[in-house]
Amino acid sequence: MRANYKVELASGIFLLLGIAALVWLATRATDYGQELGKETYSISARFTNIGDLRDRAPVKIGGVTVGLVESITLDAVSFEAIVEMSIAQRFDEIPSDTGASILTSGVLGDRYVGLEPGGAPDYLVEGDELFITQSAIVLEQIISKYLFNAGNADSSESNETE
Amino acid sequence: MIGGIRPRLELLQSTLQQTYLIGARSLVIIMICGFFVGMVLSLQAINALEQFGASDQVSLLVGKSLFRELGPVLTALLFAGRAGTSITAEIGLMRATSQIDAMELMAIDPVQRVALPRFLAGLISVPLLTAMFNALAILGAVVFSVGVMGLDGGIFWSKLQTGVYFGKDFMGGVWKSLVFGGIVSLIAVFFGYTSKPTGAGVGTATTNTVVLSSVLILIFDFIMTSFFV
Repeated sequence: MRANYKVELASGIFLLLGIAALVWLATRATDYGQELGKETYSISARFTNIGDLRDRAPVKIGGVTVGLVESITLDAVSFEAIVEMSIAQRFDEIPSDTGASILTSGVLGDRYVGLEPGGAPDYLVEGDELFITQSAIVLEQIISKYLFNAGNADSSESNETE
Repeated sequence: MIGGIRPRLELLQSTLQQTYLIGARSLVIIMICGFFVGMVLSLQAINALEQFGASDQVSLLVGKSLFRELGPVLTALLFAGRAGTSITAEIGLMRATSQIDAMELMAIDPVQRVALPRFLAGLISVPLLTAMFNALAILGAVVFSVGVMGLDGGIFWSKLQTGVYFGKDFMGGVWKSLVFGGIVSLIAVFFGYTSKPTGAGVGTATTNTVVLSSVLILIFDFIMTSFFV
């Protein structure tokens, strides 16, 4: 029985070590706990073109992440992309005339939503929509505009291929 | 009532004992292998990513491939070689020396007494060993890419924390390792239990354990990846 006691202690330590490794990995090496906290509110914005913006892309003000893209849907009537974003509750004083644009981090980096705060006295609340929006810059359109100076004729075509 | 509790306590005790023998004793090989897998992964990733000027992304590549594939699969393969074989050989030898027949004569259920604790211990150990493997591999990647290649440590961790998803990447790997643990320990116990009671029979059973569990791990890895993860 005395010998067993040591073995059981050792396997207990092994179990604890393994669980500690799981927790350490989950908190340090994954996005677990990187959520915005439980308190968030959601806002939406419409864009004519979102480029390759994806779910869970960051929403930034001045380069600092304040929220995440929750969902991207297409308005079946106006054919605009509706981007739902959740913003951390502690940033609850964003002016209501804030603009949103879809930007790229670096030349080949991921897309994110950049917010440019306006100057209105009232703040964004749950369910609000941003009206000042700027679509993603699609590289092919810029190049074709530059090369052929006929970007408008081509843009509808390249939009379809997106 | 008390008669119902005592076998359970014994099962718990022998499961803990087996967890020590096949889990804790496998820790060293798992940790060493994990560390070097992390180092070589980041070495190869930096070599490839450097051509695009994207060596910052190395932690993302290492983390994703580790959590999703390499961690669970390599740990399960190592576990099959380190612990699966010893389970099969031990039970096979108990069969060869008629210990299992003796238990049956004494009305002790050998499945309950011999097979079940080893199976449970394997099922518990493999996910935890996978976690240790992954942890050491991440450390290996840090040591190589930050320490040796001089990449920025802050970028290394922040890429992991934004790019590796807890639900999809991390938990997907944990489910995989649970299934692999079940497969390896079931096969090891089965071949040991059904091995021919001769020296050659035990040898064949041990070989079968390694071969079949390696093959099944890789097959189930593909099945699980394509259907669930």
